[in-house]
Amino acid sequence: MSATATLTMADPALAAAVRRSLRGQRMRAALLVAPLFVLLLLSFCLPIAALLGRAMYDPTIHDALPRTAAALAASPGEGVPADTVFAALGDDLLAAKQNDTLYNLAKDLNNLLPAARSHVLRTGRGLSQDKPQTRADFIALDPFWGENATWFAIRNGTRSFTTSYLLAAVDLRSLPNGGIGAVRPDQAIYLAIFTRTFAIAAAVTMITLVLGFPLAWLLANLPGPLAARLILLVLLPFWTSILVRTAAWTVLLQKFGILNDFLLALHITDHRLDLMYTRTGLIIAMTHIQLPFTFLPIYSTMRTISSSQMRAAYSLGARPFVAFRRVYLPQVMPGVIAGCLLTFILCLGYFITPALVGGPADQLIANFISNYIDIELNWQMAAALSCILLALTLGLFALLARTFGIDRMKLV
Amino acid sequence: MHSIGTVARIALVAGVIAALPAAAQDQQLTIASAGGAWQQAQHNAWYAPFAQKMGIKFNEEETSAGMARVQAMVQAHNVTDDVVTVDTAEVLAACDSGVLVKLDWSKIAPRDGFLPGAARDCGMGLDVYGDILAYNTDVVKSDPPTSVLALFDTKRWPGKRGMQKVAANNLEWALEADGVPPDQVYKVLATPEGVDRAFAKLDTIKKDIVWWEAGAQPPQLLASHEVVMTTAWNGRIQNPIDHEHAPFKIVWGNEIIEYDMISIPKGSPHLDLAYKYLAYVAQPENNARLGQYIPYGPVVKDSVKFVPQDVLPKLPTAPDHMANALPIDMEFWADYGQDLNKRFNDWLAK
Repeated sequence: MSATATLTMADPALAAAVRRSLRGQRMRAALLVAPLFVLLLLSFCLPIAALLGRAMYDPTIHDALPRTAAALAASPGEGVPADTVFAALGDDLLAAKQNDTLYNLAKDLNNLLPAARSHVLRTGRGLSQDKPQTRADFIALDPFWGENATWFAIRNGTRSFTTSYLLAAVDLRSLPNGGIGAVRPDQAIYLAIFTRTFAIAAAVTMITLVLGFPLAWLLANLPGPLAARLILLVLLPFWTSILVRTAAWTVLLQKFGILNDFLLALHITDHRLDLMYTRTGLIIAMTHIQLPFTFLPIYSTMRTISSSQMRAAYSLGARPFVAFRRVYLPQVMPGVIAGCLLTFILCLGYFITPALVGGPADQLIANFISNYIDIELNWQMAAALSCILLALTLGLFALLARTFGIDRMKLV
Repeated sequence: MHSIGTVARIALVAGVIAALPAAAQDQQLTIASAGGAWQQAQHNAWYAPFAQKMGIKFNEEETSAGMARVQAMVQAHNVTDDVVTVDTAEVLAACDSGVLVKLDWSKIAPRDGFLPGAARDCGMGLDVYGDILAYNTDVVKSDPPTSVLALFDTKRWPGKRGMQKVAANNLEWALEADGVPPDQVYKVLATPEGVDRAFAKLDTIKKDIVWWEAGAQPPQLLASHEVVMTTAWNGRIQNPIDHEHAPFKIVWGNEIIEYDMISIPKGSPHLDLAYKYLAYVAQPENNARLGQYIPYGPVVKDSVKFVPQDVLPKLPTAPDHMANALPIDMEFWADYGQDLNKRFNDWLAK
């Protein structure tokens, strides 16, 4: 029975006063948290939502072709439309040319239909007030305008809400007949890249666990001062910037770098190994960077387990393996799961290390997202890939939380 | 009362004095460029003397995001860069998308005083540079290559080769190596068969390529012996040869010639000053000065006589470097770049 409930029975007036004062406390607490909440909302949730929204909402084509969109809406159907739509298209393209939106139209249409950009730009350049406005004129200017695929893309684009980018992010495309099909094999790359990202993340997680678990056990069972000194060796690199550590690995892994010199001097190999720009090099560097993330939660869990428990298990007749398996392991599992999950999810977003240490076939999904944002300026595709990555990551998290129980994961 | 008046007067004078440098500080120009040896050369040749002449502060930003940065700034209505340097292909595309100021040439210099194609609607040429091949003489001791196309001969020059991680240049060289003469390259590359042909040629050396992204990487790749040869921008190789006695050699055969451009983003906070800077750089004697710090040629025709004699033979436009040289077709890349870059990235990821 809570304190307030006890009070209610004793003295209703006093209970009301206590409730009032507690409400005041709660309000003050809420006010203290409010700035953080607003900050999170404004600087974290909203931008992410806005960016993800770009994956499905792109008004560029609709805004650049308002008359064409209206004309198309007025005459539903498929294939190459009638003269009225072409007249509207002519007006729209001229207007787009004047207010500098032609290029963005061409670029976004090109995302839906490869090679559309040069056709639109060339038609735009060739267009003038007294030039062709009918269907036949347009097709004479560029046969591109007489193709069904062109108008499928324009109809799709003027709808503003599109699933094209999300489909493209999983190597699919919508077909003119309304169905969904695979993209051309030479363009189908994203499923392979998602698989690669998850495979590398899993490999790095496993290696950090194999290396980190015994290390954590060792440090957790050493006398205090020595352990404190040794743990500094783990923490020092942890405090160093990821960029610096990655750059250091490029020095170490080079063909004429220290690691190769070392291996040659010890006659472990007879020729210099290619470690830079390879999967092996990438996994070595990522493992080094991620080791503390796996190690620290395991270590902090192990610290709480008294060595007397194992001794008790032995004294009750358990063999070392049984004692480890049934007494020790269940207690460190929350730390193991937390450490592995932390490393795995961080690996999914790796960007700088694959960019500097990996080869072209070792680039992870984040590298492609960055390329779409910085180089291609195709933010819709970047948003679509981010959506898929976020969904996969949250799905995986939910699955693990369900399997192990979220309260059992020692996430901090 | 008297004393308060004095204090007020002192405070006023002090305020004015404090405000004076603030007013001068307010006259400032922010430039975003690509960093490295090239930006250092721009600093020496142009930023510092211009800032001194005008009595202003010059903010130098370094970025490799180029047009993406400008696009983001203009879209967010928060433009902080007054002038930006970019590739010609980017200038054409950004001009069409309306994020750059359409230049008023009456405020800069006569448009016909520039090399062909260097004075664009939204961009002014700064310099001419060459995409070349370079090697380390400590690694390639005999049988030196004489053309960039040596990239594709892995039998004669086995080992890793560095190439820039972009479609432009590499596709042109692939076609040239496949037997297309330089003046036919863009005609072939405009056809789907030509693109297939270029990628098929690149396929033959794909596993031997180390890709670089920043202009400072090629000299590092050469110095660390990581590659036998690498493509590069000529100035990034010449500078370590001249200043650090690096054992590098430049191969000019089949070089590709490009312009660096400068543009003003729409909404530049100091538009007048930005125009003055462009006009300053476009003056013949000023345009020639960059060559002293990095061997890139002038784009203003009258500049050539101001280029020091010892710099001329190092320029990409020196007569004996021009054999089989290909001027990059920026209109082509503005039209086809999006599809070719996508195909290139898909090809890389496989």
